[in-house]
Amino acid sequence: MDASSHDILLVGGGGAGLRAAIAAAEVNPKLSIAVVSKVYPMRSHTVSAEGGAAGVVKPDDSLDEHAYDTISGGDWLCDQDAVEAFIKEAPEELMQLEHWGCPWSREPDGHIAVRAFGGMKKRRTWFAADKTGFHMLHTLFQTTLKYAPIVRYDEWFVTKLLVDEGRVQGVVAIELMSGRIQAITAKAVILCTGGCGRVFPFTTNANIKNGDGMALAYRAGAPLKDMEFVQYHPTGLPFTGILITEAARAEGGYMLNKDGYRYLQDYNLGQPQPKPVLRSMELGPRDRLSQAFVKEDQKGRTIETPYGSIVHLDLRHLGEKVINSKLPFVRELCLKYQNIDPVKELIPVRPVVHYMMGGVSTDIQGATPLAGLFAAGEVACVSINGANRLGSNSLPECLVFGARAGKAAAYLAAEQKPANGAVMAQANDEKRRLESQFLFKTGGRERIATIREEMQKTVEKCAGIYREGAALHDGAAELRKLQERFEDIALDDRSRTFNTELESVLELGFMLDVAESIVQCALHRTESRGAHQRTDFPARDDAKFLAHSLVYRNSDGSSRVEYLPVKITRWPPGERVYGEPQEQPQALPARKAG
Amino acid sequence: MADKITLEIARYSPEQDVKPSFATYEVPVYKEWVVLDALNHIKDKVDGSLTYRWSCRMGICGSCGMMVNGEPKLACATFLSSYAHNGNKIRVEPLRYFPVIRDLVTELSDFLVKLKKVKPWLIRKEKPALGQGEFLQTPDQLENYKQFSMCINCTLCYSACPVVGLDPIFVGPAAIALAQRYNMDSRDQGADERIAVLAHPEGIWGCTFVGECTRVCPKHVDPAGAIQQYKLRAVMDWVKSFVMPRAS
Repeated sequence: MDASSHDILLVGGGGAGLRAAIAAAEVNPKLSIAVVSKVYPMRSHTVSAEGGAAGVVKPDDSLDEHAYDTISGGDWLCDQDAVEAFIKEAPEELMQLEHWGCPWSREPDGHIAVRAFGGMKKRRTWFAADKTGFHMLHTLFQTTLKYAPIVRYDEWFVTKLLVDEGRVQGVVAIELMSGRIQAITAKAVILCTGGCGRVFPFTTNANIKNGDGMALAYRAGAPLKDMEFVQYHPTGLPFTGILITEAARAEGGYMLNKDGYRYLQDYNLGQPQPKPVLRSMELGPRDRLSQAFVKEDQKGRTIETPYGSIVHLDLRHLGEKVINSKLPFVRELCLKYQNIDPVKELIPVRPVVHYMMGGVSTDIQGATPLAGLFAAGEVACVSINGANRLGSNSLPECLVFGARAGKAAAYLAAEQKPANGAVMAQANDEKRRLESQFLFKTGGRERIATIREEMQKTVEKCAGIYREGAALHDGAAELRKLQERFEDIALDDRSRTFNTELESVLELGFMLDVAESIVQCALHRTESRGAHQRTDFPARDDAKFLAHSLVYRNSDGSSRVEYLPVKITRWPPGERVYGEPQEQPQALPARKAG
Repeated sequence: MADKITLEIARYSPEQDVKPSFATYEVPVYKEWVVLDALNHIKDKVDGSLTYRWSCRMGICGSCGMMVNGEPKLACATFLSSYAHNGNKIRVEPLRYFPVIRDLVTELSDFLVKLKKVKPWLIRKEKPALGQGEFLQTPDQLENYKQFSMCINCTLCYSACPVVGLDPIFVGPAAIALAQRYNMDSRDQGADERIAVLAHPEGIWGCTFVGECTRVCPKHVDPAGAIQQYKLRAVMDWVKSFVMPRAS
């Protein structure tokens, strides 16, 4: 079998992966750093992020306030040591991107401009109009081109992590163009593959977001953390699921029910004002807004459409000038994909699966419990997002923890031995598996799309915005059946050359494992917290569940869930309050060093 | 019952075919459906071997460029309904002027080489510390290069460019626009390095100013304008080298 070898291997070339690659190259320019991605890096889903990236930069703001917003937004499930590191390094990382050329929007005097965002008490969200992720990703990608140590494997699909002697030593990957299957070994592997929104039927996530890295780690024995926490973004376009950024509400957009009433005032989110008020109404956190939609729907105050019930997002009062300068992509998306002009018309929206708070469990350096394996970005759970991520924290998370993981991997690689011979035997086994199970397989009765759709419906039904024990039990049983039916898959494509059907079936296999982890974690957490709302256990239960779920894969393919206490440093658990002119509780003093 | 429309799709697999041929598929037309939805319908329900790239389905990742009735288009931003009348067919082919890997998938490695060639990163003579804060840039200065920074690398402009068709060495519209994105950025000091790359015959002088690149761009970038600006600058540099030989 062919093989190639590097010091560090990145799986995924989005915001976190490219930032990690540059960080590793800057620690040690002699390293060989491979970015292995199933798409060209600038196609990665970071490109779709719209609203902005949070980082304290203005004199009226403070690190403690960003920390408190993040921790209360996460319903106290965030690890506070991770949050403190994150909010401290986020402004430096955003400034670094400025120095690399990111076209941040500006104040008239030339300084960085910031905007309001949901759940944030101060304006601290840096933005590049409403294409922030696009500009960040292209800036990062273009910047990587000048680093000689970074080599790319564009359009290579990773199928397995190679693990021997208790440490990760590389991957097996398929080069899509040729169909060649080969081992790529490395002293450290960093997963940066993003989330898994495609496990659900209605999502803002791109077609490539299949939980690849989560499943790779899970199958290799690393635990996934907090998988039950799935973020529904309150404003997706019906049918396509295209995201209308929270920045639309930060600029002053209203959420209206079928009667034109700003219904969020009925859900403990404050009273409507003409101008946006921070941490209030439309600028409440995403979990609470999406939950309010469901309640409003149950009261019959939404509008029926062929693609589900909707409410309206009203931007008309902002005027054409503000919309064009601050929200040009929103207008473009509405015009092109919904045939609606937000300058003159209401935008139909409904909650849509957007982000995974959970992921591969890592420590504050991005290291997983499995030696040699790191993770950063949405694929990982550090955890700074807790039970509900605040908008505009995910882009800086990619930068801060991408850089941290890249550096940590570079230090590890310096003292690690190269891959051993045993992993080459494993790689050969993996090649034979791919051929016998898929490429040379004959017969079978199940189509990929059928199983995928049934999986998506099952997960949505039992692990949507509201969950309940019996439905989760049924969902888990249904997923086991789908795993069996997956064995009977029928494939049309026997080619080696750019076999996208092979890619799809492997992604479906990954998603089935990830779906199982979501449902199991949701089943075992018998409380309601943040984005995880159990109708049969409606209260938060700090006595039992001020803890992260850790889900492991057993050797027979089943799963087990364990718990790990949340790290509390300076913000004892409190009540989440929105819409009130409430003083922020004083944080405990920082512990003195030594 | 939805209306139907016929798609003729170029199929080519190098392991089986000597040359491409067309296969015909009938798909339903819903008013929300774009060409990409039709391709996904075929792949999911009819023939899993149909091969194309796609990802974001919102016109920002740049993956799904293809020829639709002879025009370079993003499949995710091209509605079936705009073709569905008078029993029309829709012909879908891979982007023109690129080598074809399979079906609708083109080879992009040469494009990536060209992108890198123009040094598309911020070039500074000195590197200030991060603690010194941001490079100041007014909204007007941002506006100067903003449109050139909107390129999504979808390569539609290469398929529209007759010069690319005749001379594959031509560095091409998107790469030149990207060079200009950095040249016009008030924070950048690398224009001289880039002009050295672009003043070659396969650089800007290849362009005969047809303007098709600008017309097909789904993001309203103006590569043709970038090329004109560049030519002007190159001529000025050349003139200056006679008038003020020591300055060059």
